[in-house]
Amino acid sequence: MSGIIQLKQVNKTYHGAVDLQVLFDINLSFEAGTCNAITGVSGSGKTTLLNIISTLDCPSHGDVLINGKLVNEMTKNQLARLRNETIGFVFQFHHLLPEFTALENVLMPYLIKRWRPSLDVVRRADELFEMLEITGIKHSLSTRMSGGQQQRTAIARALINTPKIILADEPTGNLDSETTAKICQVFRAINQRYGTTFIIVTHNYLVAEHTDRIIDIKDGRIISDKKKNYG
Amino acid sequence: MLALKIAIRFLTHGRMQTILILFGIAIAISIQIFVGLLIGSLQRTIVDRTLGSSPHITISSANDVPTIRRWQQIVYEVEHNNQVRAFSPSATGNAFIEKGNKNLPVLVRGFPFSNADQIYNISDAIYDGKEYRTCREVLIGRELRDELELDVGDKLVLSVPRSGTTTLTVSGFYDLGVASINKNWLFTCLDTGQEIFDYGNRVTSIELTVKDLFQADTVSRQLGKKLNNDNIMIENWKDQNEELLSGLEGQRISSAIIQIVIIASVVIAIASVLAISVLQKSPEIGILKAMGINDFNASLIFIYEGFLLGLVGSIAGLVLGIGLLYAFIAFTTSPGEIPIIDIYFDYGFVVRSWLVALIVATLAGVIPARKSLKLNPIDVIREG
Ligand SMILES: Nc1ncnc2c1ncn2[C@@H]1O[C@H](COP(=O)(O)OP(=O)(O)OP(=O)(O)O)[C@@H](O)[C@H]1O
Ligand SMILES: [Mg+2]
Repeated sequence: MSGIIQLKQVNKTYHGAVDLQVLFDINLSFEAGTCNAITGVSGSGKTTLLNIISTLDCPSHGDVLINGKLVNEMTKNQLARLRNETIGFVFQFHHLLPEFTALENVLMPYLIKRWRPSLDVVRRADELFEMLEITGIKHSLSTRMSGGQQQRTAIARALINTPKIILADEPTGNLDSETTAKICQVFRAINQRYGTTFIIVTHNYLVAEHTDRIIDIKDGRIISDKKKNYG
Repeated sequence: MLALKIAIRFLTHGRMQTILILFGIAIAISIQIFVGLLIGSLQRTIVDRTLGSSPHITISSANDVPTIRRWQQIVYEVEHNNQVRAFSPSATGNAFIEKGNKNLPVLVRGFPFSNADQIYNISDAIYDGKEYRTCREVLIGRELRDELELDVGDKLVLSVPRSGTTTLTVSGFYDLGVASINKNWLFTCLDTGQEIFDYGNRVTSIELTVKDLFQADTVSRQLGKKLNNDNIMIENWKDQNEELLSGLEGQRISSAIIQIVIIASVVIAIASVLAISVLQKSPEIGILKAMGINDFNASLIFIYEGFLLGLVGSIAGLVLGIGLLYAFIAFTTSPGEIPIIDIYFDYGFVVRSWLVALIVATLAGVIPARKSLKLNPIDVIREG
């Protein structure tokens, strides 16, 4: 079976004063259009794994394939293009650009590939603001928003290009359970409407429950990989 | 285009920092412009006032015979040289005016009036009476008039060595601002000059001014080559004022050094501010890179920042510098006095300085732009 994202024998060692191996022989394949959760205790290697999937980090050993293409054979510019067009990011620390308003931040991934925002994309942005219930802060700077509003703006930004893949690191870390449930519904809706593949790192049991598959990591190894059976 | 938008936003977001650096650039460029224009004006003023209204190039006889043969051919060449602004043939000779028991030596200068006027600006210098129209009329300088106590219409008796005496009528009085000329020179028609000194239809010199004063030596060499005549001598003001010129050259070099130092400090200022900006903005750059901005566009942000700082800073600097120059002139001149320097507004210099500032500021952005290439988004994403 060939998935949209494949990891083969991925190992990661951080080299520092002491070398620290964080990931051990990870083999994973994600099917297009599925919703996946990665769980595990703090420090187990979730963010590291996600960064490798996102092409921002390289494995020390092993291969990553996206759309069947080997990532480490691509040039820097090809990778930038791939990230821009194929992957949407929700970072653990949301990382909005403080110089720009919520709307400008949301449009940024679109503006990176095309200079003028089209009417379509502006409409899509409006729709996302509405779905995430942050229309009120559309023109606010990120420094004038609550943590939860920032996080939801970051989610809208990840969704704006309707990428094939969404990588989200603790997307609901700052949110109450009601808003969290709302986000889960939004993810589901996007997943069903566009066939977007989601990989969500989360501690939140509620969020994990909403996905098709839960991968549990401990000390850099996969200790369980459960697919839900809807049939 | 996105890079430009981000650059503008980065600059307007950290407003205080941007204003400070703009202020710095503006001050530096204004001093550069001020010094450059001031020294340039000073040089022009010195040359203008040293030369006064006098010809830049004089063509005269190179041998014992004071007159030039076939001078019409020289006039033809001079007329067809596009560097020449004005020219005039002249029939000049020495004479005396008797006063009591003294003989006052004078120089009789016969010129076609309209030609000579373009070189000496005589019509503006006439303060009483009018120009000479008919032959045997003469214009007298202020000092000589005072000495001889003359009036318009008076007769003047000249004694010319070897030719006896001749009588001229005073048509008016001039003041060229130079006492030695005012005291010595009589302006009259070319014909009269030729007649008094028995030159026939020959002349003693051809005087000319050129469009660019500092090109006088080149033009004079050109004419020398074209005319290829051993019987004439071509002199220009530059050869006759070598000391003045070397003084001016010294000034020019020190002005150039000041300007180079200022430009260098602008480069350093912009480059260091942008280098700090790369550090400050590394989270943003990292995120943009994660979202897929390519290295070229990411580094373009800093090039644009340099360009924008240079653009706004240099324009402010230009305005300030030019203002400074006029303020300087105003402060150093009391009302009613001639300013110590005539402002010579060198547009070429201003435009060149502006372009240099702009290019240099943009290039200063290259250093931080290269730094931004090394930025790895992964280092940013880990931090909150
Ligand atoms: N750049 C780095 N250099 C060295 N060690 C690192 C680096 N980044 C992460 N680590 C270590 O790798 C391990 C895994 O880190 P990672 O960020 O992947 O954990 P995580 O599962 O995302 O944890 P959390 O739930 O707290 O976000 C940790 O022990 C961490 O200290
Ligand atoms: Mg993490």
